[in-house]
Amino acid sequence: MTTRYTRDHEWIRLEGDVAVVGITDYAQEQLGDIVYVELPPVGKQLGKGAEAAVVESVKAASEIYAPVAGEVVGVNQVLADEPAVVNRSPEGAGWFLKLKVASRADLDSLMDPDAYKAFLETI
Amino acid sequence: MSSAAPAETPLRETPLTRLHRGLGARMVGFAGYSMPVQYPTGIIAEHNWTRTHAGLFDVSHMGPSFLILTGRSDDAGADHAAVAAIMEGLVCGDIRGLKPGQVRYTLLLNDDGGILDDLMVARPIDPAWSGALYVVVNAATKESDFAKLAAAAGSRAQLRRSDDCALLALQGPEAADVIKAVLPAAAELGFMTYRSFDLNGIELVISRSGYTGEDGFEILVPPERAGEFWERLLDDRRVRPIGLGARDSLRLEAGLPLYGHDLDETTSPIEAGLAFAVSRRRREAADFPGARRVLGELSGTLARVRVGLLIDGAPAREGAEVTDEYGVVVGKVTSGGFSPTLGRPIAMGYLPPPLSPVGTRLGVRVRDRVQSAVVAALPFVPHRYLRKPAS
Repeated sequence: MTTRYTRDHEWIRLEGDVAVVGITDYAQEQLGDIVYVELPPVGKQLGKGAEAAVVESVKAASEIYAPVAGEVVGVNQVLADEPAVVNRSPEGAGWFLKLKVASRADLDSLMDPDAYKAFLETI
Repeated sequence: MSSAAPAETPLRETPLTRLHRGLGARMVGFAGYSMPVQYPTGIIAEHNWTRTHAGLFDVSHMGPSFLILTGRSDDAGADHAAVAAIMEGLVCGDIRGLKPGQVRYTLLLNDDGGILDDLMVARPIDPAWSGALYVVVNAATKESDFAKLAAAAGSRAQLRRSDDCALLALQGPEAADVIKAVLPAAAELGFMTYRSFDLNGIELVISRSGYTGEDGFEILVPPERAGEFWERLLDDRRVRPIGLGARDSLRLEAGLPLYGHDLDETTSPIEAGLAFAVSRRRREAADFPGARRVLGELSGTLARVRVGLLIDGAPAREGAEVTDEYGVVVGKVTSGGFSPTLGRPIAMGYLPPPLSPVGTRLGVRVRDRVQSAVVAALPFVPHRYLRKPAS
């Protein structure tokens, strides 16, 4: 399963019916040094586009939105102690949360890697 | 991730803008200028570099200027007294008492004792320049400050703006060694003194001062030589360019207020913890704007004071409410962020005096949740200014 992307620079990767969500390399680059990540409680139901997490850089706080609707079934506890992992490995060890997605078809409306790459070139 | 704010009117550039872009800086609009907020290594690395080596900042958006007496005599002391009298009508500092070459931090006040700006005022060391003051005001307030100064001066003095020049800050424990290699005489400046230098035909005005809590220099450079001088400093391996992001985290750790955030027209010098800027001679004469309120507060009636806060959890930003142990809102954060040196969030804000002692346990509201906070002594990170007796 390939990774999909939002225009707000979140990524989502489906593994079975659970999707892993994080922010893109472009997003971490734009945010700069990340000093705090606030994650949702496990069990929380998120609508598509709902605020899922907050990431704080030295300068400011930014919201991270759920790319699709679903239930939070896991969060990356490493980020509580070591938020800078998001800067070092945004699309790997710096993942934010796992979502049990309501409908796998919701991912189809998101950008594939090529489309996201093209989108970045328009910014 | 939320998107950036829409662009507004075209931003002004400094003499160094092109060089910042070449260094890969991220440029942002600040006080009407396009300024580097950070370079590719990022704010934390820049912050730590300044605390351990030497950081070079472009602060050309600020307002350097010279107030110059119109009818100068051959009595240097009388000329200084005359130009000082113009300035003293607007600020609470002892300007007349400045020694030649001395720089003083002072406050521009309104008639209610509210702070219109904080600024540096300095007296030239060279008798040929007597009757002039070197004045550096904040970027966001410079138009109104300059208008106020020019109005106060009338025909008695002329305000010469130098904000087309580059203003650089070289800050950090290695700043003195760096400047020594370029211009040995500048390394001899005492803390809070300044003078002009000629460096192979580049006319420089250098003060030993800064906004990071570290030893360092602020250097006024003519625009046409600014790039060359900036690059010469950067050629030293101890020097790295530092953006406004780290400038903010450095000054926050140093407990230094930022105008427009920690200080505004409603804040008095005493509330802001800046009583040292109300010079003794001016207190005794009670002859500065808002003297009645300021002197009243000095003798006891104070509604709020500026404090430092150590925060647990997420950073508490400007505007965050501070609560007491019962959850009652008792104050507000005026600037806050992450301290790279302490590895935790810190903030400054205003609280009623009974809640201001160091160690007082409070809360701060961050996203509808209360996090614990404790009042801390300012500065958060000790100042390391040059301690050299005036020669």
